[in-house]
Amino acid sequence: MLEAVAALLVCQLVGELIVIGLDLPLPGPLIGMAIMFLGLIIYGRVPASLDSAAKGLLDQLSLLFVPAGVGVMTHLALLGEEWIPITTSLVISTLIAIAVTGFMMQKLSARTDKKIKDAQNGE
Amino acid sequence: MENNVASMWVYLSSSPLLHLTFTVTFFVLARNLYLKMGSPALLNPVLITVIVIVALLSWSDTPYDVYFEGAQFVHFLLGPATVALAIPLYRQISLVKRYPVALAASIVTGSLVAMISAVLIAKLGDVGEQTLISIAPKSITTPVAMGVVEQLGGLPSLTAVLVILTGIVGAAIGPWLLEKLQVTNSVAKGLDMGVAAHGLGTGRAVLMGDVAAAFAGLAMGLNALVTAVLLPVLWHVFM
Repeated sequence: MLEAVAALLVCQLVGELIVIGLDLPLPGPLIGMAIMFLGLIIYGRVPASLDSAAKGLLDQLSLLFVPAGVGVMTHLALLGEEWIPITTSLVISTLIAIAVTGFMMQKLSARTDKKIKDAQNGE
Repeated sequence: MENNVASMWVYLSSSPLLHLTFTVTFFVLARNLYLKMGSPALLNPVLITVIVIVALLSWSDTPYDVYFEGAQFVHFLLGPATVALAIPLYRQISLVKRYPVALAASIVTGSLVAMISAVLIAKLGDVGEQTLISIAPKSITTPVAMGVVEQLGGLPSLTAVLVILTGIVGAAIGPWLLEKLQVTNSVAKGLDMGVAAHGLGTGRAVLMGDVAAAFAGLAMGLNALVTAVLLPVLWHVFM
């Protein structure tokens, strides 16, 4: 269990240092995630202790957004002025993204399935 | 007695324990209510908890900084949790092998469409630059969206709320819209919910079956990576 916590923290710390060192416009923990991901590919499986530590954290992921979300109270004046364009943008853009992405993936994955099937029939 | 009450209040208002307790306890209550009511999107526990705590802090005239002294212990865990997202992503890697091109094309397109449409529509409404930055990554998972927005000089706490609202809208309207557009393939439906509505969409995709759930989780993780890399580049080129 402690090994897993250490591994998560080391990945995050190295990620933060890479971001500062290379002056990247990315969040350090995201680089940490990429490092962990590469580590797992090299290692070939997820160690049990890492699995349970990650599950423990990710099961409670929503709770972790609360402190930051409460920070919206410092922007209530801004929201009072801009809530109409913000809400409009949020709803319409989400609908457009869903429509385009779903349609595209349906077409492309059907093409892949067909190719795989044709190849199998050809054998 | 009055003296004791006063000293209790002095203790509570200066100790981080009070606001840490608020954060965890209100969330647990909100989550239990949400589960009891059959998980309706509008009763999202994060949204309810944020509303209750903001109301309480405003009513008691407590500044956010004071609240955060207690809440920071919870907030800190976002970093390790982001790293931990690598584990579910690794588990779903075999899915990538079947649809490498379709996945890459759809996720990159979905990422671009979500960012560009959000920024353009908000720009039409004449919002400030910080708001524009804060709304751009609204389709990706909260911890990554907040990190990207912080790097670009936006308002991470505004982003946290916008991301959650996006998830609620996507999870509530997404399945209906997909049906209208005759997107019936589980792979496409799941991927779509993960790309457009991150964790909340993935939660909704679980109800569409195992295939949809797996692709939603994968798409959520990959879109976070794609958007985090594309957004700063696009921002510096175009804005």
